[in-house]
Amino acid sequence: MNPVLHAAKLGVLRGWIEFKQMLKNPQEFGFNIIMTIVFLVVLYFQRNKTIEGNDMALAMFALPSLLGMLVVFGGFMGAATTLTFEREDGTLLRAKATPNGMVSYLISRIISVTTFSMVSVIMLLMPGLFLIKGLADTSWSGWLLLLLIFIIGILATLPWGAVVGSLVKSTASSFNLTMLPLGALTAISGIFYPITSLPDWLQVIGQIFPVYWLGLGMRAALLPETAVLAEIGESWRYFEMFGVLGIWTIAGFLIVPKILRRMARKESGSTMEKRKQEMMSRGY
Amino acid sequence: MTTKVRSEKEAHVIEVRQLKMRYGTVDVLKDVNFSVRRGEVLALLGPNGAGKTTTIEILEGFRISSGGEAFVLGISPKEADESWRAQLGIVMQSWRDHPKWKVHELLDHLGRYYEPYSTATRFRPMDAGELIEKVGLQEQANQKISSLSGGQRRRLDVAIGLIGNPEVLFLDEPTTGFDPQARRDFHEVIRRLSKLEDTTILLTTHDLHEAEKLSDRILILADGRIVANGSAEQLAEQVAGTSEVRWMVNNERFQREVPDAPLFVQQLFEEHGAAVTDLEVRKASLEDVYIKMVQQIKNNGRLDNKLANFEGETE
Repeated sequence: MNPVLHAAKLGVLRGWIEFKQMLKNPQEFGFNIIMTIVFLVVLYFQRNKTIEGNDMALAMFALPSLLGMLVVFGGFMGAATTLTFEREDGTLLRAKATPNGMVSYLISRIISVTTFSMVSVIMLLMPGLFLIKGLADTSWSGWLLLLLIFIIGILATLPWGAVVGSLVKSTASSFNLTMLPLGALTAISGIFYPITSLPDWLQVIGQIFPVYWLGLGMRAALLPETAVLAEIGESWRYFEMFGVLGIWTIAGFLIVPKILRRMARKESGSTMEKRKQEMMSRGY
Repeated sequence: MTTKVRSEKEAHVIEVRQLKMRYGTVDVLKDVNFSVRRGEVLALLGPNGAGKTTTIEILEGFRISSGGEAFVLGISPKEADESWRAQLGIVMQSWRDHPKWKVHELLDHLGRYYEPYSTATRFRPMDAGELIEKVGLQEQANQKISSLSGGQRRRLDVAIGLIGNPEVLFLDEPTTGFDPQARRDFHEVIRRLSKLEDTTILLTTHDLHEAEKLSDRILILADGRIVANGSAEQLAEQVAGTSEVRWMVNNERFQREVPDAPLFVQQLFEEHGAAVTDLEVRKASLEDVYIKMVQQIKNNGRLDNKLANFEGETE
């Protein structure tokens, strides 16, 4: 029995056990449920509004874009907050104290971040299908593309979340450091309204980051062919889409092992105790 | 480097030589030397901040010492691998992990990581159900971990520390924050376990009574050094040099610390005869000395050599 392989299998098992725990604890989705409801209300009021120069409903444009944004939230913010939270409560140290526990820990966390994001995407997509006419007509190739975009979206954002989660000290700062930049990025990534309405320089910045490309990918997957007219260059730009997301993925996976190792090496009972004391003196 | 001194493994499970630890400009461990025999329960006793946790974390491989040598199972922790780790059980001061898991579920899952390291003489992992009974959590076996009380949680931590049937178990301040009842229950559990398994236990505590109750041998760590080494009885004998004598003569109260109580009392009677009343002779207990020691460190930041000479080997 190869111990590393054995631990990897246990990591998958752990991911599955924790996925079931997640489904049994709907309160964990509290934040997501509220966000989903807000999005649905906004979409509902946008259903008759059309976007400029196109007769497509704004809601129809926004729903797939929001799905793209949710992937980034799940991958980036999910990984960052999980990592800092579990450093604080000792889960990570437990993994370190167990033979090959880190292998299993990382695999199970990739699974839990992915499944959590998937659930939050489905939570918005399901009611969206009823709310917005036309989405339900998506072909099987469209659904396949959605899955592909989802996977590459997680791959492109999860390692960067792990980097932030390793570098910051507390869950609160991990939340702030991911939530705020994501909020700003969302505003310039053509999620709620086409990016073409922004000044050129903001469009350039927006297109550096994954949020825009994931929104574009989701629109490509779910919207009818005519919707492409609202995009930059009237094209889905698949080459650029997978290019940019691919670069984020590769760079992320190159940098993350080093940072994770460094963070894990520093982790010990007394560092955890110190954080706990700090947390208690802060009162949260 | 002399990293794999396998031959010493049989005699000493833990071997620490001239261990030093410096944080910035502060020397936490100045020169720590001790060894632990197979199957022994050793208490590392000392006031808060004495360097107990630092010592134990170096031995667990979670911290790199600034100097000296440490060997656990014949291997230097900083160079050890996962098969070495599989021989250890670790219980640290604060775990709050896996709150959503159930007690049996987590213990069983964590045990499985030890499966590849099972040997003919040491079967791994131990049975989760049996272990849960041994630590007295059978009624909570299917409860969520977040619902456990502090004492129950700590017993689960010990069970997790033991699930891999370890050669060495490290317990760092196992009963901090316990009420007296929980503390007594916990001591019972540890005593039972240390008798049943052929496991070497190193525990840290700042509570002398706990050290006396649980361990075969006590090391007192103070001011970055081991200042005492022996069983509770031996240590008590070593400090038994002085006694406190109280008496009354003509309704006047006297009190003195003397090295030889019988001789002093004899002289007292020769001098005053029947006028001596309310005579009371009390040997200095280990606790008196320990408390004096802790007090002194607190006041002066260091230990006076007079108190640090249990073994007569301080420089």
